[in-house]
Amino acid sequence: MYNKRSGFLTFMVTAGLAFLYIPMILLVIYSFNKSKLVPVWGGWSTRWYSVLFQSEDVWEAVSLSLKIAVVNATFATILGTLAGLAMVRFGRFRGRTLFGGMLVAPLVMPEVITGLSLLVLFISLNQIIGWPAERGFTTITIAHITFSLAYVAVIIQARLTGMGETLEEAALDLGAKPFRVLTDITVPRLAPGMVAGWLLAFTLSLDDLVIASFVTGPGANTLPILIFSRIRLGLRPDINALATIIILFVAICVAIAALIMYQQQKRIERDEQIANQEVL
Amino acid sequence: MAGEPTASETPWLDQDAKPFICIKGVTKKFGEFIAVNNVDLDIYQGELFCLLGGSGCGKTTLLRMLAGFETPTSGQILIDGIDMSNVPPYERPTNMMFQSYALFPHMTVEKNVAFGLKQDKVPNDEITDRVHDILKLVELQDFKKRKPQQLSGGQRQRVALARALVKEPKLLLLDEPLAALDKKLREQTQFELANIQEQVGITFVVVTHDQEEAMTLSSRIAVMDKGQFMQTGTPTEIYEFPESRFVADFIGSANIVEGKITEDNADHVRVSTDLGEIYIDHGQSTKEGSRVWVAIRPEKVHLSKKPPSKKGPNQAEGMVDDIGYLGNTSIYKIRLKNDRIIDVTAPNQIRPKSRTHQITWEDKVYLGWDASSAMLLKK
Repeated sequence: MYNKRSGFLTFMVTAGLAFLYIPMILLVIYSFNKSKLVPVWGGWSTRWYSVLFQSEDVWEAVSLSLKIAVVNATFATILGTLAGLAMVRFGRFRGRTLFGGMLVAPLVMPEVITGLSLLVLFISLNQIIGWPAERGFTTITIAHITFSLAYVAVIIQARLTGMGETLEEAALDLGAKPFRVLTDITVPRLAPGMVAGWLLAFTLSLDDLVIASFVTGPGANTLPILIFSRIRLGLRPDINALATIIILFVAICVAIAALIMYQQQKRIERDEQIANQEVL
Repeated sequence: MAGEPTASETPWLDQDAKPFICIKGVTKKFGEFIAVNNVDLDIYQGELFCLLGGSGCGKTTLLRMLAGFETPTSGQILIDGIDMSNVPPYERPTNMMFQSYALFPHMTVEKNVAFGLKQDKVPNDEITDRVHDILKLVELQDFKKRKPQQLSGGQRQRVALARALVKEPKLLLLDEPLAALDKKLREQTQFELANIQEQVGITFVVVTHDQEEAMTLSSRIAVMDKGQFMQTGTPTEIYEFPESRFVADFIGSANIVEGKITEDNADHVRVSTDLGEIYIDHGQSTKEGSRVWVAIRPEKVHLSKKPPSKKGPNQAEGMVDDIGYLGNTSIYKIRLKNDRIIDVTAPNQIRPKSRTHQITWEDKVYLGWDASSAMLLKK
């Protein structure tokens, strides 16, 4: 049934891939468009790349977005890991169910509501204690941490549950105090989950438009906010150039990740081979 | 070695011997489920003690309470005279070898073994020496730099043992130490483990579901069922003198028949059963007419095609219903006239001339057993 190459299957795969990737290919092609109008082809040129490199507002937005993403990912990973540990490793404690529910709430909460409520919070805080004096980097980062940490916590919980407690018990049994067990056994074992969580939080932050729009202030434009506002003012092909660079960057990251995974696979196979050799 | 050899080898018979581990009325409940039900046990210095039982009998829970991973719901555990109630696992004089070995995958063999010593702040050059010595004991000195993933099952097992032994604990706890090994390796490792225990002289408590493993390894065995000890004793005591049907059936196999005591004297007992009259050559202080069970081990039944020279107790006749040929021995299923099936095992001492055996399907056979072979069980 499956070994006969079905025409329908081939068609569906091709159509699916085309649907996903043709827009991106078009975008890349149009980034080399000479014409000033995005949808009109006017011949090949790299002029929008030079325009892009000269537009300071774009680079400011890129650097703000990256800064927010890095700080957000770092804090979200730390807090999310602690939350995950509390959920999985601390047994039953008062309010555990409530805590667990509150931890995943940001995952299902509509972004507009998260954004609006945070805006209200920041404004009232400003009125009561005078902080944050103005909205921008700090407020966006705090907003991003609140929802990113939920994603990290979910990843960490899944990994902790999968790991089981035996290794920690073994370490305790060998005389390691609970804090040493955390630093020497749990955290190294959690590292892949924490890296995954960090990357996810980083991406989520880089991607977010809605929440950032609510809690940002004058002058603090993240990249999504900038691109979105440009659309309203009329697109310029330098955005295509920027998008092409982002696609290239992501492609390189994915390639590196694939390479690392391939090497890990190789190492596992090699380890198994070594282990089996000794038996023979 | 001072004192009588019998006293040091069987301290549990010595009235004055001080037990090393005292388990006093320990109960462990998980919600409504009673995992361990009010057990008492003394284990002595230098013993290799086995907790034997099926899954869910509470043996692992008891071991985990000794290690400190579970706290008893009630009762008390003393190790070397010290109450362990409020002592966390990392301060107990015990080390555990886990069923899945629980080797740290991100550390080399050397670092795994050194981990426990590092926690105790042992000086570095002493750590190196002790790790070297213990790896030599388990014959893994050439594998120091390997990661656990790069080892075979048997090697991982030995790393786990080395890691638990290197801290020279007063008590070593082993949770199904051989379960993950294949049969040949398991048999070989059983003896290695017993040898190592003799060399280091540490008290071992082993949890296992494998009765063969328990018989080979231990000085004493406690058979557990439903959170309680059914019987505690040496392998021979447990096998030859079971106290209940459960133990007789759990350890090895046994033909168990129900019967009534017809005669109870100081030196013999007669029991009437559907196996005919059974004569047992030791007294049993039971009332005549009371209900008992008699267990007979399959290997203690003689099988013959010739009828016995004179009629008497401890005899039966039947037909060969089935034969299980195991190579070294054969299991015969003998169907009696009343349709009861009796298992008999017999060694295949003589190599058969043809491809068929002397006793084969549908043969009429006579069974008999010695007066000392049948075991009387009151429960």
